[in-house]
Amino acid sequence: MFSNTLVQVGLFLTVLLLVTKPMGLWIANVMNGNCKIINRLGAPFERLIYRTLGTNPDTEMGWKQYAIALLLFNLVGVAFVYVLQRWQVWLPLNPQHFSAVSVDSSFNTAISFVTNTNWQGYSGEVTMSYLTQMLGLTVQNFLSAATGIAVVFALIRGFARHTSKTIGNFWVDMTRSTLYILLPLSFLFAIALMGQGVIQNFDVYKEVSTLQPTTYSTANEAGQLINQTTNTQTLAMGPVASQEAIKMIGTNGGGFFNTNSAHPFENPTPLSNFLQMLAIFLIPAGLCFAFGMMVGDRRQGWAIFSAMAIVFVVMAAVAISAEQAGNSILTASGADQTVSVSQSGMALQSGGNMEGKETRFGIVSSALFATVTTAASCGAVNTMHDSLTPIGGLVPMWLIQLGEVIFGGVGSGLYTMLIYAVLAVFIAGLMIGRTPEYLGKKIEIFDMKMTAIIILVTPLLVLIGTAIAVSVTSGTVGVANPGAHGFSEILYALSSAANNNGSAFAGLSANTPFYNTLLAFAMFFGRFGIILPVLAIAGSMAAKKRIPVSLGTMPTHGALFVTLLIGAVILVGALTFIPALALGPVIEHLLMVGV
Amino acid sequence: MSSSASSSAMKSMFDPKLVKPAIAESFKKLAPQIQWRNPVMFVVYLGSILTTMFLIKSLFGKDEAASGFIALVSIWLWFTVLFANFAEAMAEGRSKAQAASLRSAKKNVVAKKLANESRESAVTLTDSNSLRRGDLLLVEAGDMIPADGEVVDGIASVNEAAITGESAPVIRESGGDFSAVTGGTQVLSDWIVMRVSVNPGEAFLDRMIAMVEGAKRQKTPNEIALTILLVALTIVFLLVTVTLLPFSMFGVSAVGAGSPPSVTVLISLLVCLIPTTIAGLLSAIGVAGMSRMMQANVIATSGRAVEAAGDVNVLLLDKTGTITLGNRQASTFIPANGVTEHALADAAQLASLNDETPEGRSVVVLAKNRFNIREREIATLGATFIPFTAQTRMSGVHLKDGDRQREILKGAASAIKQHVENLGGVFTADINQKVDDVARRGSTPLVVADGKVVLGVVELKDIVKGGIKERFSELRRMGITTIMITGDNRLTAAAIAAEAGVDDFLAEATPEAKLKLIRDYQAEGKLVAMTGDGTNDAPALAQADVAVAMNTGTQAAKEAGNMVDLDSNPTKLIEIVEIGKQMLMTRGSLTTFSIANDVAKYFAIIPAAFASTFPALNALNIMHLGSPNSAILSAVIFNALIIIVLIPLALKGVAYKAIGAQQLLRRNLLIYGLGGLVVPFIGIKIIDVALTSVGFA
Repeated sequence: MFSNTLVQVGLFLTVLLLVTKPMGLWIANVMNGNCKIINRLGAPFERLIYRTLGTNPDTEMGWKQYAIALLLFNLVGVAFVYVLQRWQVWLPLNPQHFSAVSVDSSFNTAISFVTNTNWQGYSGEVTMSYLTQMLGLTVQNFLSAATGIAVVFALIRGFARHTSKTIGNFWVDMTRSTLYILLPLSFLFAIALMGQGVIQNFDVYKEVSTLQPTTYSTANEAGQLINQTTNTQTLAMGPVASQEAIKMIGTNGGGFFNTNSAHPFENPTPLSNFLQMLAIFLIPAGLCFAFGMMVGDRRQGWAIFSAMAIVFVVMAAVAISAEQAGNSILTASGADQTVSVSQSGMALQSGGNMEGKETRFGIVSSALFATVTTAASCGAVNTMHDSLTPIGGLVPMWLIQLGEVIFGGVGSGLYTMLIYAVLAVFIAGLMIGRTPEYLGKKIEIFDMKMTAIIILVTPLLVLIGTAIAVSVTSGTVGVANPGAHGFSEILYALSSAANNNGSAFAGLSANTPFYNTLLAFAMFFGRFGIILPVLAIAGSMAAKKRIPVSLGTMPTHGALFVTLLIGAVILVGALTFIPALALGPVIEHLLMVGV
Repeated sequence: MSSSASSSAMKSMFDPKLVKPAIAESFKKLAPQIQWRNPVMFVVYLGSILTTMFLIKSLFGKDEAASGFIALVSIWLWFTVLFANFAEAMAEGRSKAQAASLRSAKKNVVAKKLANESRESAVTLTDSNSLRRGDLLLVEAGDMIPADGEVVDGIASVNEAAITGESAPVIRESGGDFSAVTGGTQVLSDWIVMRVSVNPGEAFLDRMIAMVEGAKRQKTPNEIALTILLVALTIVFLLVTVTLLPFSMFGVSAVGAGSPPSVTVLISLLVCLIPTTIAGLLSAIGVAGMSRMMQANVIATSGRAVEAAGDVNVLLLDKTGTITLGNRQASTFIPANGVTEHALADAAQLASLNDETPEGRSVVVLAKNRFNIREREIATLGATFIPFTAQTRMSGVHLKDGDRQREILKGAASAIKQHVENLGGVFTADINQKVDDVARRGSTPLVVADGKVVLGVVELKDIVKGGIKERFSELRRMGITTIMITGDNRLTAAAIAAEAGVDDFLAEATPEAKLKLIRDYQAEGKLVAMTGDGTNDAPALAQADVAVAMNTGTQAAKEAGNMVDLDSNPTKLIEIVEIGKQMLMTRGSLTTFSIANDVAKYFAIIPAAFASTFPALNALNIMHLGSPNSAILSAVIFNALIIIVLIPLALKGVAYKAIGAQQLLRRNLLIYGLGGLVVPFIGIKIIDVALTSVGFA
C-alpha cells in the first residue's frame, strides 16, 4: 500500500512541478501584456470590453480606486446571481421546471459563488435551472477566480514596483485573467473531461430502468414508515463539463450535482480524478512562479512554492495514513479493513476506512483529493469528509483554518501567503537587528496594521461564528451527530465558509435561514475583509522605496526562510485553533483509539 | 564578555540602590491610566481585577472554583503585572541615575552679562536661569559657563568633563569650528565673550536630561508596529478563550458529564497565551537602548534615530581623526640646502623633547629611529621649554650653553616665516618649495628654525589608525558600506582609502558634494549615517538618516545631527549601529520566545481545563502534571517568573555578532525559537513538582 501512496503522490507532485514554470511564464506574460501573439488576437476583445465598461486600459489605479472597483463589481455579481435564482422559474433553460430558490438560500449561494467559496446549501440537480447554473454560477466561477488573480497581481506589483502611486488597472486585470488564463484552460480541460465521460447537454433528466429492483423505506401520509420498491432511477443531466472545468481551474469547488466530484458524471475515472486534482493546483502553483519572475528573483517564487509543497506533502501523508489505518472501532466489531491482494498480485481491496469513499478512487486518491481540495480553497469533494477518520478529517479542517495558503485559492492562496511572509519577516527581521523588510520593502506601521487585520479576520469569523452556532437552538438543531463529531461539523462549516473553501463536513443540515445567513456573512467578510487590507498593503508597498540587498539583508529565498514561513503559518494556525480542534477531532481520535 | 565581567554586570544591574525605588515604582504604576498605555499588559491587569472579584465572591460562598485556587491564580496574575512594571521601572531607574549625574552639572551660577560685544563694556551680574537667547556674557578663568552659546571673542581652554567625562581641556575660540560652548562646563584659563544661543529649558543639558529620563520618550515606529502585532495576537487569544466557554458548554451538554472550565481557568489560559513576556519587557528594552547609548557617551535626540542606526547601509566617515590619527606623525626630515639631515633631526628632536603632543612625540621617535639620537633630559641641558600658544602657534626650546643663547622653534610655515623674518632672517625659496611639496603629498609640513636660520622641514604624514581595517571589514560583514570623505586630492585620498580598506571615497569634498552623495545614496533606498563636527557639515548632517555630531563641533552641527557623541570619537558610529541592532534584536528574540512559549502552555492548560468533561484529553498532558489545578497554576507562575528572569536580557540586550544575516537568524531562532519551545516545558514541570511537593493539588 505504501508503494501505491508513493506512486500516486509522487506522480502528482512531479507533474505539478513540471507544469508550474510553463504555467507561471504564461500567467505573467499574458497578464503583463508581454505576449505579442496574444496581444494581437485578444486586442479586439479587450478593446470591446474596455469600451463597454467605459474605461481607459492605460490609466492605472491607486489601491483605493482599485478596491472600490473590485468591491462594486463583486456586489453587482451578488445581486445578479441572487436575482437569477429568484427568477429562474420564468426564465428559459429550465427543463425540470424548478421553482424560485428561497430568499435565504439564494442570498447564501450568491455570496458563496461571488466569494469563490462555492459553499452549497442546496442540491444542484434538484434546485438550479441550467440557466442559473451556467449564467449565474459558472460565470461567477470565472469572475471570482479572476478577482483573486487581479488582487494577487496588484500585490505582486506592490512588491515589484517602487515609488509608484498605482497598482494596476482592475478592469484590465479582470479581462486578461479571464480571457487568456481561465477561459482557454477551462475550454481545454472541459474537452479532456468530456473525453473521460463527463456529460455536457441540455437534456431533461432521464428515467432509466435499474438492473434490479430497489427497496427503500419512506414515510406515508400518516407518518408511518413503509417500504417501497422501484425499478427505475432518475439520472440528472446538464451542461456539466463546462462548469466542472472552471470549478477546478478556478478553485471554486461548487459541484453541478450535490455529491460533487464523487458523482460519476462529474468525475468518472481515476484519470479524470488525477486531472481534477492537478487543475486545482495549476494556477496557484503557477502564480508562485509568476511572482518570482515579476519581483525579479525567481528563487523568491520557488521559496513560497516550497513552503506550500512541504506542508502539503506532510498533511497528505498524515491524511492518507490515517485513512489507510482505518477505524479501530470498526476493526473491533469485525470489519475487515486490511489490504487484500489476489494470488496474481492484483489488489482486491484497498483496505482502510472506505466509509464515504468511491471504490473507483480508493483510499489514496480520496485522501489525496481531500488534502488537495482543502489545501487549495477549492472545496470540491470526491469523498465525504464527514466519514473521514478523526485525524483524516482534522487534516482538511486544519488546512482550511491555516487560511488557505497551501497553494490556496486562485490568487487568494498566494496573496494570503505573502502576508504570512510579511509577518514572518517582521519578527525574523527584528531578530537580525534591522527594521524588517521583505523584497526590499520596509514593513512599517501601516503594513503591520493591515497584516493584523488579515490575521484577525478569519479567526474572528470562525470562532465567533462557531460560538454562536453552538449556543443557539437553530444552530444545534441541524447537527446529525452528537458530541465531539457534531462540534466538528459546525466548526468545519464555519471554517470552510470564512476561509472561502466551500467544502462541507456534511452531517449538518445547513440549508436553513440561520446557517444560510451566518455562513453568507462569514463568506463575505472572509473574502473582502482580507482583500481590502491586502490591496492596502499593495498600495503601501508600491509607494515605498526599494532598499538594495546587502550582507545585512535577510535572504528570503533559502531553506531558512522556507522554514520560517512554514513556522509562521503553522504557529498562527495552531495557536488559534488548538483549543477548538482539541474539542472536536482530537477528542474524537482519543475516544476512537480508546485512551 | 568574560564570566566575571558578566557577573559584576549582573550585580550592578540589580544594585539595591536601583531595585528598591523600582519596587516602589512597580506599585505606583498600577494606576489604570499608566496600565492602559500597554494594551497587552492591560488585559492581564483586567484579568487580575476580575479574579480578585471572583475571590471575594468565593469567600462569601459563591464559588466559581475553589477559593484557594482562585486566590493563588489572582496573586500570580498581580505578580505578572507587577513584574512587568518592575522591568520598566528598573530600566527607567538606570536612566534616571544617569540623568541625576548630568543634572548635578547643571547648577545655577551667576553670569556676567555684557552690554555689548566688547570685553570692556559694562557688566551686570545675572542669574543664569534668566538668560535669554542673544545675551552676551563674559566668562573668565575659573568661571562656570552659564549657558549654551557661541564664542564671539577671545580664546580659552575649557574643561568639559561634566558632560564628556574627558578630563583633558579643550580650546574654544571665536569663529571656526570650535566656537560652541556648553553650559555647565568650566573655563580653566583665559577668557571668552560668548553669545547665549538658547532660552532657559532648551539648553543642551536640558535636552539630554529629558531624553535620558524618558520623559520625552515616544514609541519608535518599529515599536508601534510590533505593538500592533502583539495587540492582534492578544485579540486572537481573547477570541480563543472567550469562545472556549460556549464550545465546552456544547461539549458538556452533549457528553452529559463534567462542567465547563471556570472563568478563572479561562483567564489563566488567556494570560498565559497572550504575549506578556515581550509586552512586559518592551518598554524596558526601549529605555535600556537609550541608556546603553548614554553609556557609550552618545546622546540621541530621538529613539527613532537609535532604531534607524540598526538599518544603516552606508557610513560616511571623515578621514581626519576617524580613519587616520587626527594627529599626523613625522615621517621624513627634509633639510634645507646646506644643512645635513642629522642636524635637522637633532634640532627637531631638541625642540620636541618637552612637547607632549603626539606630533611632538613622533618627531622624537623618528629622530631616534633614523639617527639613533637618544632622548635627552631637558634639565641637564639647562634648557627651558617654550610652550605652544594660540598666539605664537610655535613651540620649541630655549638653550643656554654658556653665554651662547640658542632658541630652536618649530611650527607652521607661516608662523616660522614671520618669526625668522622678524629676527632678520630669510625664509628661502628652497624652503618654500619643500613646504609646498610636502603639502602636495597630502602631508603637513612642520618647519624648524634655529634662531633666524631655517634648518628644514619635518613631514607629518597621515597615519591610518591601527585596527581600523578590521573594523571596516566587520562593517562589511554587517552589510555596511564605508565611504571616506576628505578634502585631500584624489591621489592622496585613494592611497589612504586603499590603506584603510574603505569601500569608496569622496575626495576634494565640498559641503555640496557631501550633500549630493548622501542624497544619491538615499535615492537608491539606502540609509546613510555620517559623523561631522564643522558648520559646513550641518547640511549633510541634516540630510543623513543617522547623523552623529561631535561634541567638540559647532552648535550648528549639533543642531543638525540627531545624536551627539560626547567623546567626539567618529568611530563611535560602529557602536551606535550595534546598539541600534541590539535593540531590534532583543525585541524580535523576545517576541519569538514569547510566542513559542504558548505551545507548552497549551499542553499544560487544555487537558486540565477539560479534565472533567473529556478525561481522554489527559493524553495531551505530556508533562504529567500533578493535577488540573496545579497544571494551570504552574503555567501562570511560569508566565510571571519568566518576565523577571528575562529582565537582565532586556536591559543588556541580545548580543550582536557580525556573522551575516543568515547565520545570525539561525542562531537566534535556535536560542529563542527552539529555546522558547523547550524551556516552558521544563519550567512548568519544575513548578508543578514544587507545587505538588508542598501539598498543593
